[in-house]
This record gives sequence, structure tokens and C-alpha cells, in this order.
Amino acid sequence: MKRAFPFLFVTVVMWLLWLVLAGNLDPQEMLAGAVVAVLVAALRSSGPCLLGGPEVLHPRRILYALAYIPYMIWAIVLANLDVAGRVLRPRLKINPGIVKVRTNLHSQVGRMILANSITLTPGTLSVDIVGDDMYIHWIDVESRDAEAATRKIAAGFEKYLEVIFG
Amino acid sequence: MTDLMRLVGASLTFLGSAFLFLGALGIFRMPDIYNRMQAGTKATTLGNILTLTGLGLLAPAWLPKIMLIVLFVLITNPLSSHALARAAHRSGVTLARETIYDALREDEEAAGIGPGSPVEIDAAAGSSEVTP
Repeated sequence: MKRAFPFLFVTVVMWLLWLVLAGNLDPQEMLAGAVVAVLVAALRSSGPCLLGGPEVLHPRRILYALAYIPYMIWAIVLANLDVAGRVLRPRLKINPGIVKVRTNLHSQVGRMILANSITLTPGTLSVDIVGDDMYIHWIDVESRDAEAATRKIAAGFEKYLEVIFG
Repeated sequence: MTDLMRLVGASLTFLGSAFLFLGALGIFRMPDIYNRMQAGTKATTLGNILTLTGLGLLAPAWLPKIMLIVLFVLITNPLSSHALARAAHRSGVTLARETIYDALREDEEAAGIGPGSPVEIDAAAGSSEVTP
């Protein structure tokens, strides 16, 4: 089951993707899509999969994943208002630097989503990951201390991602 | 199609293009590559999402495909800017004069790794990565 799950997951997602792109539910289309989806799933690399195993379908995780979406959208809107405010000021108000943030997420996909989320939130851009340390370019550095920066930048997302990716 | 949907669609598209403009302005005004990317990434992400959603409301038949594109942009946009920022820092692109702190440079120097020797950094990162 542990190995079969990513295969099934990729097959289903690819099939749905095919049907959305095809734009109709013609039986021939569905059959062709199913064949291609199985083929793609069989040929996929064995790297990290968005869903590692059946345990990710736990209701609590799905609930947190759903709650993460509006949280993220709000963060993106704030980030854009922040950029707009900075860019439109006659004198640029920036105080940039690269700070270190420590993550306690172990899942690789979780880390990827954390890095992406940090990039999309106000004033921060993930530059590099070395081990458990993420290096974040911060347009308005409020603290050089790793602890404080972690609280300020990553903690809000980690609260959700810790549950979603365990 | 109702008039309301047309109005909302057009407004979203307009708002999206306004954010795209601000992103372009940000790239023009910011002092170094990292700050430019900050403005560029965020503004293009929301700008694209709003513009595409607005188009989807103007042409509802395209909405499912447009939502796929939105999802794609949402995943790939920050990913590519992360790759660019990482590559820039590794190849030693200097930060703006205003920059007050660079933890990555400090840690690299402490570990005896300068810009231009990315192999060691790769090895360090690889050893502590945990597969899910």
C-alpha cells in the first residue's frame, strides 16, 4: 500500500487533469486519458510525492490543508499591498538583509511549500536551504536573531504545515 | 453571461494589471536583484491570478482550464524566484549598499565556503535531508 499509493494518486490526478483539459466526458476521451494517466504514473520518478502515503488522507490533515488556502491567499494579498506601498513611496523604504530561519519540518514537500509560502508573503524571499536552516532575504529586517526571525516569518505557516505533512 | 459577471471580470482583470504594473515599477526602482525579485514575484503572482480569474469570469467556458493555469503559476512562480535568488547568491551577486545583514554569507565564510564553490554546499544540504 505504501508504494501503491503514490502511483494511484498520480494516476487519478493525471486523469482528472486530462479530463479538465479535454473539456468533455466522452467515453473515448475518458479511456484515452486513463491509459495515458497510468502510463505517466508508471514512468514517474520515485522522488518526493505530494502525498507520501495513505495517512495523509486523515481528516485532521485535510481540514488543516483547507484552512491553509484562505490563510495563504490573505498573506499574498497583504504581500502585494506591502509591495505597492514600498514601490509607490517617493523614497524607497527598505532595510534589507538575509536572515536565518530554522525549520522543524521534516517532509521535503512540506519544506518546499514553506519556502514557497515565505516567498509569497510580505517582504520575504527564500534564498537557500542548508540542512534545517533556511536563509531568507528580508526587505525590512526587524531582527537578526534566528529565533525571532523564525517566529516572525515561518511560525505561522509551520503551525499548519506541521499538521498537514506530519 | 450576466452584466454583473462582466463587470466583476473586467474589474479583476484591471486590478490584476495594476498589480503587474506595480511589480514592473518595483523591478525598476529596487536597488539589487534580491529586492527586485521581492517586488517581481509577489506582484506577478497576484497580478496573474487576478487577471486570469477575471478572464475566466468573462469567458466562463474557459474557467476550469484557467484555474489550472492559476494553480500552476502559484506553484512555479515562487519556485523559480527561489532558484534565481539561490543561483544569484551562490555566484556571488553583491547585495545593495543598504543591506544591513547577510547570515548566509557569514555562515558560508564560517564553514570556509565562498561563492563559486557550490559543491560543498550541496553535500552539506544533502546529508541532512530527510526523505518523507
